[in-house]
Amino acid sequence: MQLGVPRETRPRETRVSATPATVTQLVALGYDVVVESGAGAASSFPDEAYAASGARIGTAADAWGAEVVLRVNAPAIEEIDRLADGAILISLLSPALDPELVDALATRPITALAMDAVPRISRAQSMDVLSSMANIAGYRAVIEAANVFGRFFTGQVTAAGKVSPAKVLVAGAGVAGLAAIGAASSLGAIVRATDVRPEVAEQVRSLGGEYVAVPSAEAQVSTDGYAREMGEDFNRRAAQMYAEQATDVDIVITTALIPGRPAPRLVTEEMVASMRSGSVIVDMAAAQGGNVAGSVPDEVVVTPNGVSIIGYTDLPARLPAQASQLYGTNLVNLLKLLTPGQDGQLVLDLDDVVQRTITVVRAGEKTWPPPPVQVSAAPAAPAPVAPKAEPAPPPEPPGPGRRFALVGLGAALLFLLAAFSPDELVQHFTVFALAVVVGFYVIGHVHHALHTPLMSVTNAISGIIVVGALLQLGSDDGVVRALAFIATLVASINVFGGFAVTRRMLGMFSRGPSGRGATR
Amino acid sequence: MTATTAASAAYIVAGLLFILSLAGLSRHETAKAGNAYGIAGMVIALAATVGLATRDTSATGLVLLVVAVAIGAAIGLWRARKVEMTGMPELIALLHSFVGLAAVLVGWNGYLSVEGAAGQDGGPVLDGAEAGIHSGEVVVGVFIGAVTFTGSIVAFLKLSARIKSNPLMLPGRNWLNLGALALFVAFTVVFVVEPNLVVLSVVTVLALALGWHLVASIGGGDMPVVVSMLNSYSGWAAAASGFLLGNDLLIITGALVGSSGAYLSYIMCRAMNRSFLSVIAGGFGNEGSVGSADVDHGEHTEISAADTAELLRDAKSVVITPGYGMAVAQAQGPVADLTRKLTERGVEVRFGIHPVAGRLPGHMNVLLAEAKVPYDVVLEMDEINDDLAATSVVLVIGANDTVNPAATDDPGSPIAGMPVLRVWEAERVVVFKRSMNTGYAGVQNPLFFRDNTRMLFGDARERVEDILRAL
Repeated sequence: MQLGVPRETRPRETRVSATPATVTQLVALGYDVVVESGAGAASSFPDEAYAASGARIGTAADAWGAEVVLRVNAPAIEEIDRLADGAILISLLSPALDPELVDALATRPITALAMDAVPRISRAQSMDVLSSMANIAGYRAVIEAANVFGRFFTGQVTAAGKVSPAKVLVAGAGVAGLAAIGAASSLGAIVRATDVRPEVAEQVRSLGGEYVAVPSAEAQVSTDGYAREMGEDFNRRAAQMYAEQATDVDIVITTALIPGRPAPRLVTEEMVASMRSGSVIVDMAAAQGGNVAGSVPDEVVVTPNGVSIIGYTDLPARLPAQASQLYGTNLVNLLKLLTPGQDGQLVLDLDDVVQRTITVVRAGEKTWPPPPVQVSAAPAAPAPVAPKAEPAPPPEPPGPGRRFALVGLGAALLFLLAAFSPDELVQHFTVFALAVVVGFYVIGHVHHALHTPLMSVTNAISGIIVVGALLQLGSDDGVVRALAFIATLVASINVFGGFAVTRRMLGMFSRGPSGRGATR
Repeated sequence: MTATTAASAAYIVAGLLFILSLAGLSRHETAKAGNAYGIAGMVIALAATVGLATRDTSATGLVLLVVAVAIGAAIGLWRARKVEMTGMPELIALLHSFVGLAAVLVGWNGYLSVEGAAGQDGGPVLDGAEAGIHSGEVVVGVFIGAVTFTGSIVAFLKLSARIKSNPLMLPGRNWLNLGALALFVAFTVVFVVEPNLVVLSVVTVLALALGWHLVASIGGGDMPVVVSMLNSYSGWAAAASGFLLGNDLLIITGALVGSSGAYLSYIMCRAMNRSFLSVIAGGFGNEGSVGSADVDHGEHTEISAADTAELLRDAKSVVITPGYGMAVAQAQGPVADLTRKLTERGVEVRFGIHPVAGRLPGHMNVLLAEAKVPYDVVLEMDEINDDLAATSVVLVIGANDTVNPAATDDPGSPIAGMPVLRVWEAERVVVFKRSMNTGYAGVQNPLFFRDNTRMLFGDARERVEDILRAL
């Protein structure tokens, strides 16, 4: 199938949906790739590089007219008409925030897949553009802050005096927040981070940050990997915590987003006013209304007390080559899933939860919103509360009545069997039954490490059958004698081999102090 | 005191010594004494039996006896000395088959010397009920022995990779097994009513085929259960021979081994969250391997040996979870060196052993013991599972299904509900693996695609040695 990569048309967009590296992979999946001339220019990927990777360079019409169209941004409403009938559009669509776009897409006989609707489950991680873009944005937020901030991040002691390190507060320890924590701490700053989900504390620490908890009983354990809105009491305490931090830190980076809702207001005007002159705030949620009072999307605002509030919404696009590469790889991973035959034929399987969730419009029919997917919490979550669809309950232990009936039946059978047997057999039965019980109890508490030696010793002991064979050796019948000879031979192998091998094994087991003798 | 009562007394002593032996084997401190008790019991039993046998045996019989025992002892001791610890499962399976074979032969002899000789002069003549019971004992003994014999042979062949370890999937295999059992019951009745050579031969062949099929249809991953199950069978076979010969020692010993083997199998089954019947009915992974294999789990992340060394150097605590792959790669020696080296650096190193790791219950423990890893840092799954979340690095060496999060997360997985080592809770997991192939259960392992998992590809032994060098 033909796969088109048009140039992005949104202002200030520098990314592109495929790079020469991902084109190679797309071609390997069997697709015929058409790249609009100049599509990668802003990401520093020249047309020649695409051509060298096996793509055809075409006009905008060629790229838009392909059977599968890959985009970074959602098309403008008027661009939807450029798609061919039956085409498949794969792009960021934010269907939850932009219902008009979804309706507009559904007016055309096309299929639209939203890259930003990939569910947060383990196997879809490789297609999760929100994560890959947030990672870039978090890094870039620190870089932007450092650019505006008039000091070092790291502390130094120089001949010209001591420089104290910058203090950075990161609000929200999602992917972007964690990336910001990592970037800021590797620049040498003292990094603090806070999040409504206490389970992320460990992740914060692992990146060199210090977790600042909101003192509250209302802990939130995420069931879908995203944060939720919190109660009033919690918000009051959080505000208090932010107010305290604001007077202390130099840089605040806010990343708090709740899917499908305006961004929560974390930093109020008073807090901004309480910050030192020269401090920097990066509001990564500016596009969704902002976490910070006074932030303006795509602009840097300097408050009267000298605090810069950065409201860039295109942070990923400010690292265009990297962002395009990661976005393109997310797309390749999705297309791998959609191209089971690796033959360039895109097959949409709506029974697959990932594919169902991202499908916003299917052949002109609106399929948004999808049924909810419960996904596992982050791997480090202390209690995997997530899907755990109850494993089939273990079979009910038989009720006491039934158990008594079974025991009674067994006892009756045994009684009948024994009662009608000759004396000698009954004696043997007695011995047998008692030995079974003894065997069961004797090894009841065997140490797990000794299973193998136990087995080889029981094996040696069961070679006792040699006794039977020995007794039969005395027979006058030649055949019996021959068979008994063989039986004696093999059983002897068992007896001697079994004990010898057990001895050898047991000789190897040693307890710590003596075993560690060599290291002392 | 006659020779017979002396022998009986000796048998009682031997039986008690065997019980002491098994009891001793359940703890490290007493294990060696346990083995000694076992040997003592066996010596007493053999001496008493030889004493009994020499009373009425010709010189040829004696010579045969000495020759047979001598040859058997020589072979047994030679094998025991030569066997690699990684080859232990095969050896034990093979030894089980010998017990089975001996039981079959003893059973046949029982027939030949009683029912078969009935018409001739001098043959012991039994009447009515006694004859019937004797015939019944012959058939049962031969049946159990034959099932044990071929079952163990197949297990041996599978374990030593002489035949494929995939489960054999005959159509209606459960019906085949049930049919064989029903036929066995029918033939037993026929044989009790009218003992003859043909019926006994048919039963023998039937049992041989059943034993073969029973184990052939069980996959390699279930081998720990199979081996301990065969261990149990070999005990029952001995007990059946004991009934046949009216020998209490055989009955006691057989019952001891049989019930302890059954209990071990039960432990193994519980460790896999499977019922004993479903293991015997065979075929692990046959129902679900396709389902999850096609799913795209995402991408795995590789790591180099040098980076792994780096991780280990900075780690506070390390847990190593070995599996069959460690045995295959013979990596236990380097792993033990790694343990020593890290311990010297102050890193806490422990081992987490899944009950069914390897191909024999306790297989990993034996390998680690061979490599001189002190046994008090080798912990059971239940002992270590809760500590894994606080562990810096987990090294998964050649294990797969026993560390598969699908067992707890994915109710549709064929291994759903099986208790597993929750290694993914650790900060970092490094998986040593030869390739991205699935494990014995044929189930893809989502662990490999987790964020905190790194894959270290290649031969486990070479990779561990690389890490040692980097350290």
